[in-house]
Amino acid sequence: MADRESMQVDVVVVGAGPAGLSAAIRLKQNALKSGNDVSIVVLEKAAEIGGHILSGAVIDPVGLNELVPDWQQKGAPLATQVTSDRFRYFTSSRAFDFPTPLLPKLFSNHGCYIASLGDLCRWLGDEAEALGVDVFPGFAATELLVDDMNVVKGVVTGDMGRDRNGEETSGFTPGMELHARYTLIAEGARGSLAKKAIARYRLDREADPQKFGLGIKEIWQVAPENHREGHVEHILGWPLDDATGGGGFVYHAAGNQVIVGHVTHLNYTNPHLSPFDEFQRFKTHPEMRKLLEGGQRIAFGARAMTSGGWQSVPELAFPGGALIGCSAGFMNLPRIKGSHTAILSGMRTADLFSAALLDGRGNDVIEDAKNKVLAGALHDELHPVRNAKPLLSSFGTIAGTVLTGIDLWLQQLLKFSPFGTMHHKHADNDTLHLARNSTEILYPKPDGVLTFDRASSVYLANIGHDENQPVHLKLADASVPIRHNLPQYDEPARFYCPAGVYEVVKDASGMPSFRINAANCVHCKTCDIKDPAQNITWTPPEGGSGPNYRGM
Amino acid sequence: MKILVPVKRVVDHKVNVRVRADGSGVETGNVKMSMNPFDEIAVEEAVRMREAGTCDELVVVSIGPKQAEDTLRTALALGADKAILIESDERVEPLAVAKLLKELAAREAPDLVLLGKQAIDDDAAQTGPMLSALLDWPISSFAAKIEAKDDALEVIEEADNGREVVTLPLPAIVTVDLQLNQPRNVSLPSVIKAKQKPLERLAAADFGVDLAPRLEILATRAPDPRPEGKRVGSVDELLAALRSHAGLLEGEAR
Ligand SMILES: Cc1cc2nc3c(=O)[nH]c(=O)nc-3n(C[C@H](O)[C@H](O)[C@H](O)COP(=O)(O)OP(=O)(O)OC[C@H]3O[C@@H](n4cnc5c(N)ncnc54)[C@H](O)[C@@H]3O)c2cc1C
Ligand code: SF4
Repeated sequence: MADRESMQVDVVVVGAGPAGLSAAIRLKQNALKSGNDVSIVVLEKAAEIGGHILSGAVIDPVGLNELVPDWQQKGAPLATQVTSDRFRYFTSSRAFDFPTPLLPKLFSNHGCYIASLGDLCRWLGDEAEALGVDVFPGFAATELLVDDMNVVKGVVTGDMGRDRNGEETSGFTPGMELHARYTLIAEGARGSLAKKAIARYRLDREADPQKFGLGIKEIWQVAPENHREGHVEHILGWPLDDATGGGGFVYHAAGNQVIVGHVTHLNYTNPHLSPFDEFQRFKTHPEMRKLLEGGQRIAFGARAMTSGGWQSVPELAFPGGALIGCSAGFMNLPRIKGSHTAILSGMRTADLFSAALLDGRGNDVIEDAKNKVLAGALHDELHPVRNAKPLLSSFGTIAGTVLTGIDLWLQQLLKFSPFGTMHHKHADNDTLHLARNSTEILYPKPDGVLTFDRASSVYLANIGHDENQPVHLKLADASVPIRHNLPQYDEPARFYCPAGVYEVVKDASGMPSFRINAANCVHCKTCDIKDPAQNITWTPPEGGSGPNYRGM
Repeated sequence: MKILVPVKRVVDHKVNVRVRADGSGVETGNVKMSMNPFDEIAVEEAVRMREAGTCDELVVVSIGPKQAEDTLRTALALGADKAILIESDERVEPLAVAKLLKELAAREAPDLVLLGKQAIDDDAAQTGPMLSALLDWPISSFAAKIEAKDDALEVIEEADNGREVVTLPLPAIVTVDLQLNQPRNVSLPSVIKAKQKPLERLAAADFGVDLAPRLEILATRAPDPRPEGKRVGSVDELLAALRSHAGLLEGEAR
């Protein structure tokens, strides 16, 4: 390891998502104002900025308004304003509308934009670079540099050119050490370094367990007569049963494109459940069929989102840095929006660090960071909706939604919640029932027109992954999938993984073994979250591996 | 020896290309772009010659939109010394590219122009040969091995009937094939250094070259989907299937 080069900067940001880029931009803006020079590096594991970003997205511009007030003149890719909005409930054959006047204010998408968060990030990347931030796509941060005093001193980027067994090939290129006064972790939901930092500094000791959902999304080119640019729908109910949280979304973007997606909350209990197939089935609802028939699917992807909200936000600051964005978890679940809160958290955190840098500080703990970041706009965004997820978990989708509505109305009108602050009792890896106590689920075969299999879907994620590299999905104990997960839970990895990475294959004598097709991985992080044995750790593969999303 | 390597920005080879709804071409709107893989091989080869000491200056050039700067930065990170962008937002056809390169060759005076054998977007494979004709320099195409010998190059080329060994006096043109080398991984330190390397911007229109397209694209169509494969259980079944299929085994000895 002696031949690793190193570089000293003021701040290294891990992840060029909305949180990371906003923090970088804000740090530079602050530095320009105060006249001190700060050097900022942003590392991004995707081959280009936005390549691993997957979001809805209906974007609330509050964050951007504050960060780049003249974003409209500067041509930020938020062009399609939401013009109509519907909140629906599906049964297997019918659809009902929630009456809009009954919906609390925050459910309205008025003033929001239908856009690609990936495209917005690419634009933010240009903004950051114009301010002098060095953004390096194609390089994943794989380790935190921690000194003997247990202080984070920066990060290391991954080696490239190791073979499957970890041996150096002729193309070997060692990673680089980035030494920084402060390290901001902006990896999004279930960040791999965030996970290490949270564990090392026990940042979650006073927080509820983080909760997650897996979102799967496709972009469709639809028949012009089915298209209503600016129209937004959120849908609860079928195909999920009432005990399983989640729902679908339909956003009519520009150019006859419709974004269809479906989220399954990862605290589902039936190990046979497959979020991928639930989504495929969702598209066969008569309402969806009507919309998509005659259209063509042009993109596919999947990504986990946080859904724990207020109660699950961990301590943000650790010695030498902080968590921002969905690595901490600022997603507003009932609104399914986290991009604006990611931007806001990046900015608020940047302000704290700018002040520290100006004071000549570094590699220390920013005091009271969580309270400071969670004050104001982020408080007003997350605190009122804090019971939505626990109510859904406890009472099911219908009753939980009604109770959430009541809770929000009471808070909106009387500033009072009858529920106080409810808590998340279990982590998502802890919620599966045993396979023998669960019904098997028979999903319909894909028709290749409206519904598809995993292989043809992953194909549309444009994955680039050199197969001759170490498997990036690490099993703590290689025997667990077959010895423990298979008999107990029918090895749920083969059902929850949306990309078909995990398989249980039988040899001629019927002996099962566990196969990992790592090159299919779309970096959604679900396995790291949902494995009941917590035996799978997602680590960043060689920089530039993984999906090459555009417009997602 | 001074080497000039032209590099083209094309739709990334990992992207599944899609024909535009109106059939006017392939969708390049919101698609990831990167360096034509054959050009990457050309840059790598030149960098190796630079490292071996047979090349003392390596210049890369790209003709295309402003965003082609990213492609040039990649080439600089791979090890080029300096980059030139000849900016044009129009479709520039191989002949026009060759003419621009001829003008640039007059200015830069390279001993060798090393190109990819073709670009993966149009697969034309014309720029190298056309440049050779315009400059009246010798050319070797589809190089699988290049060796510098005093004032000449010895090149092994991939030909239809095997491999040919040719010797070219300098200055010369060589187009490279897949077998030539495996381009290196770009390291972060080299990306950082590449930011400091010179990148000159020129306008294609200033070259006094006729850039007007001469080709008309009538239609673009996606290939018909491949019929699904069939799994056979035994050698006999395989033979039977092959026999019943459009005479695949015709002429076999009975
Ligand atoms: C299906 C779905 C629908 C959604 N819909 C909406 C919506 O409509 N509106 C809305 O506002 N929000 C929506 N969200 C939420 C929103 O996308 C997130 O809140 C937001 O993306 C969080 O931003 P972030 O910057 O924290 O993380 P991310 O956007 O996840 O970005 C993290 C970045 O860091 C990179 N990275 C991660 N680890 C490393 C590493 N170790 N080294 C280098 N780079 C790394 C990633 O590649 C990525 O580019 C949705 C989310 C999902 C999954
Ligand atoms: S392997 Fe894990 S991270 Fe990769 S696609 Fe499957 S579930 Fe998602």
